[in-house]
Amino acid sequence: MRNWLATTDHKRVGISYMLLALFFLLVGGVEAMLLRAQLAQPNLKFLSPEAYDQAFTMHGTTMIFLVVTPVLIGFTVYLLPLMIGARQLAYPRLSSLAFWLQVAGSVLLYTSFAAGGAPDAGWFSYAPLSETPYSPHPGLDFWALSLLLLSMGSILSAINFIVTIARLRAPGMTIRRVPLFVWMTLVNSSLIVFAMPALNAALAMLLIDRRLNAHFFTPAQGGSALLWQHYFWIFGHPEVYILVLPAFGMISEIIPVFSRKPIFGYDFMAGSTLAIAFLSYGVWVHHMFAVALGKVVLSAFAASSMLIAVPTGVKIFSWTATMIGGSIRFTTAMLFAIAFLLEFTIGGLSGIGFAMVPLDWQLTDTYFVVAHFHYVLFGGTALALFAAAYYWFPKFSGRLLNESMGKWNFWLVVIGLNLTFFVQHILGLLGMPRRVYTYPDLPWWGALNVISTFGAVILGLGSLVFVVNMLASLVFGAKAGPDPWDAWTLEWAETAVPVRSRRPLWDWKREAKRQESGVRSPESGVTASGRLETGDSRAGMGLFVLSESVFFFLLIVAYEYFRSSGGAVGLHLRETGIFTACLLASGFTVWRASVTRGRAWLLATIALGLVFLLGQGREYWGLLEQHVTISSSLFGTTFFTVAGFHALHVVAGLLALAAVWKTPKSRMLAPISLYWQFGSLVWLAIFCVVYL
Amino acid sequence: MAVLFAQYLAVAAVIFTVVAVLVVYAIVRYRARPGAPEPRESHGSRAAEIAWTAIPLAIVLGLFVLTVRTMAFVDAPQQPERAPDLTITGHQWWWLARYPGGAVTANEIHIPAGRRLLARVDAADVIHDFWAPELARKIDAIPGRESYIWLEADAPGVYQGTCSEFCGMQHAGMHFQVIAEPEGQFSAWLERQAAPPSPPEGLAADGARLFSERKCGDCHAVLPSDTRLLSGPPLGHVASRMRLGGDRANTPANMALWVNEPQTIKPGNRMPDQHLSAADVQALTAYMESLR
Repeated sequence: MRNWLATTDHKRVGISYMLLALFFLLVGGVEAMLLRAQLAQPNLKFLSPEAYDQAFTMHGTTMIFLVVTPVLIGFTVYLLPLMIGARQLAYPRLSSLAFWLQVAGSVLLYTSFAAGGAPDAGWFSYAPLSETPYSPHPGLDFWALSLLLLSMGSILSAINFIVTIARLRAPGMTIRRVPLFVWMTLVNSSLIVFAMPALNAALAMLLIDRRLNAHFFTPAQGGSALLWQHYFWIFGHPEVYILVLPAFGMISEIIPVFSRKPIFGYDFMAGSTLAIAFLSYGVWVHHMFAVALGKVVLSAFAASSMLIAVPTGVKIFSWTATMIGGSIRFTTAMLFAIAFLLEFTIGGLSGIGFAMVPLDWQLTDTYFVVAHFHYVLFGGTALALFAAAYYWFPKFSGRLLNESMGKWNFWLVVIGLNLTFFVQHILGLLGMPRRVYTYPDLPWWGALNVISTFGAVILGLGSLVFVVNMLASLVFGAKAGPDPWDAWTLEWAETAVPVRSRRPLWDWKREAKRQESGVRSPESGVTASGRLETGDSRAGMGLFVLSESVFFFLLIVAYEYFRSSGGAVGLHLRETGIFTACLLASGFTVWRASVTRGRAWLLATIALGLVFLLGQGREYWGLLEQHVTISSSLFGTTFFTVAGFHALHVVAGLLALAAVWKTPKSRMLAPISLYWQFGSLVWLAIFCVVYL
Repeated sequence: MAVLFAQYLAVAAVIFTVVAVLVVYAIVRYRARPGAPEPRESHGSRAAEIAWTAIPLAIVLGLFVLTVRTMAFVDAPQQPERAPDLTITGHQWWWLARYPGGAVTANEIHIPAGRRLLARVDAADVIHDFWAPELARKIDAIPGRESYIWLEADAPGVYQGTCSEFCGMQHAGMHFQVIAEPEGQFSAWLERQAAPPSPPEGLAADGARLFSERKCGDCHAVLPSDTRLLSGPPLGHVASRMRLGGDRANTPANMALWVNEPQTIKPGNRMPDQHLSAADVQALTAYMESLR
């Protein structure tokens, strides 16, 4: 047990992630059943409005942050090192920390039930509904804090994956030879590193509003109800791809193996993923088309949102072309992959409807949206995950999942999925808004809703068959052997094999077949590069500060956004200028310290850092004396937030410097120095915006 | 709009059919046969890839052109050059409509059939969304921000509407009616709603006294000239409305229920239980019924 709790082994961390996700899948599934029960007929009183609002908020938050995100990270933690021939992830302890952040965030979210009620403002908690006057109970504080922890965990995992892919590939495993799952992970992790900080910025601002009476999102005090939406969706739309790209990666591994043909158009597959990633940052406003934003803005975002359909289409056609001309084996994994192709296509096509602005003006916030994103997330991601579970379960456990139970699992899930969600398109077109705890008895509404509820029961049963199959197969499943599917990527290799193409194991098998003598003894140790066993922490820190810079950028944008509503008052330009110079000088001394590894430079840095903090303290005191506080005005709100977060970073930097005081020769000094220099650059930006 | 949806549906259906046919073809034609050799190696075809990049690109370009054309046609200017014909304000959980002539109403909006009105939409507390599917695009009602839509019905009739942005406990109950009527009736309605209600008599007068004793006026305006932005709907001509609270038929029985147990009909709404005697309920109901 202790071995598992304290483990840094990627296989165990990966399994832990997956089990955690499985547990919350059951919880989120029960919540879904409650929702569908309440909606089965018009005007039911099975759930109260409060209970219904909590249930749908928790269902969405749970499925996105406590199920899909961790299960995808779990698969990646387990498979990524194996696929690229590395012994471990670049930062094993970091992956363990990320896992425990996930646990902490999940527990915190569910503690809200015991602390006065779960959050009930929907998974995107639009302000000002999520502000204290309209949601006074603490559910939303739990929600925001929990999401902060979860998103930090995701960022750390993503950094770990990027450095692992960049540095730990086996010799011969060039970036154009890595499995497509690895490509998807690379792009996906970059999305996480740059998108999650937008969520963090929004959550930090919401918490400051709620706990310190600040005014970011309260229009009554000059704040903006729209700023939350912008920040949330700058995170939220890339998040959609974060939840689906790894699924694309899984499908790209499974379809070729069961079609006995290499993936069609590897370069286009990788390239279209990059295109999706870039475009995904430029489409967030399509979640806000019902806001009157002006025709130019709407047209631009309509165009970018439609464009993103093109690279997605390339993938669908490439997967199909992989199957054509192949020799297809209909295992349960392959069945799920084929169903993924069709169901995800429906989800993609219904998505185009929202990019067509006038259609969005009718369809958005109706059940058509609910249908659409369930086709994407269930018909897409969840079906891919079922396929992946059947495909990789023998790798994880040494046993095959039972195929006849698999067929039951498959048909129940696919039939249930379409019954549940297809009719919701029609309900949306009939005008049923989403997030209503009940509805009037209009023609067809009751009938379609009861079909949907019936489908959800079948879907639930199908998912239970999967859980039963897994438990049963762990004990009674057929022994799998190292390579049950006759696959060709490195995770299935029993021994080390050299990498000369995208399918090293396939080369190896063909070679073995050709030499009638059978299998040669492998060249030992060729897959593990061993180049970076203990981690180059500067690379990780580099990615971390890039992610942080997005966070600060958005806080500074918020400052700038509210500048017109009462500018800077009572700031001391000259003195702060001097303290700024101190901090910039410390950027130089810390660099010297990391080069010379001398205590004198370290001491100088700490001293300069302390002087800067003193200067900040003086500035805060001066403002407080003039009764400028975080809750007094928008200037106070934005200034104290941006300066305060920066000061916290300086404090963290000082603590880190103090920690290496005893061992100035430590390798840790290099990343700390990078972090410190980042901190001084951030202050330079703040100084220029606020003071100049 | 309907035309645009039909075009979209046709395009989507064609694309889905193409994908489905290809997938079915693949699984029927290329299923593994026992003893068959490994299939021929193929890593892809540049020509095919370019084709299925270019064709969807052309399709979305076409859809984009249709989108922009329809937008220009159905959307109101967001910086209009004239004053709006009415202002609609979302509250938790009811709709306030004010007309320049002084007419004020709640959850029931009147428009002249066949004439396009410019409506300003905003919100008093949280974000709502004004949606009358048969008459107009939906538009977010955002506190601290003005938005504009065209509101137009070709034929007289009663059109249903609802809030379409989650706004708290009674989001589901935030319904309204738009009543389109001939010009003459519409202007008569405007005039009647702008005038103060006739003074109450008999039992209704007792109700009016209770109304002020119980401070009902802190949340509900009775005179159309009272323009304070209050948390409860104005009651000036409440008895003339079709429905109560957006959904219920406006009968004396339902009115009595609202007065007596507001939390039963719309749980969560801002009106606390008043703990009234049966006689008080009767008097207040009579007063409400006199407000025509």
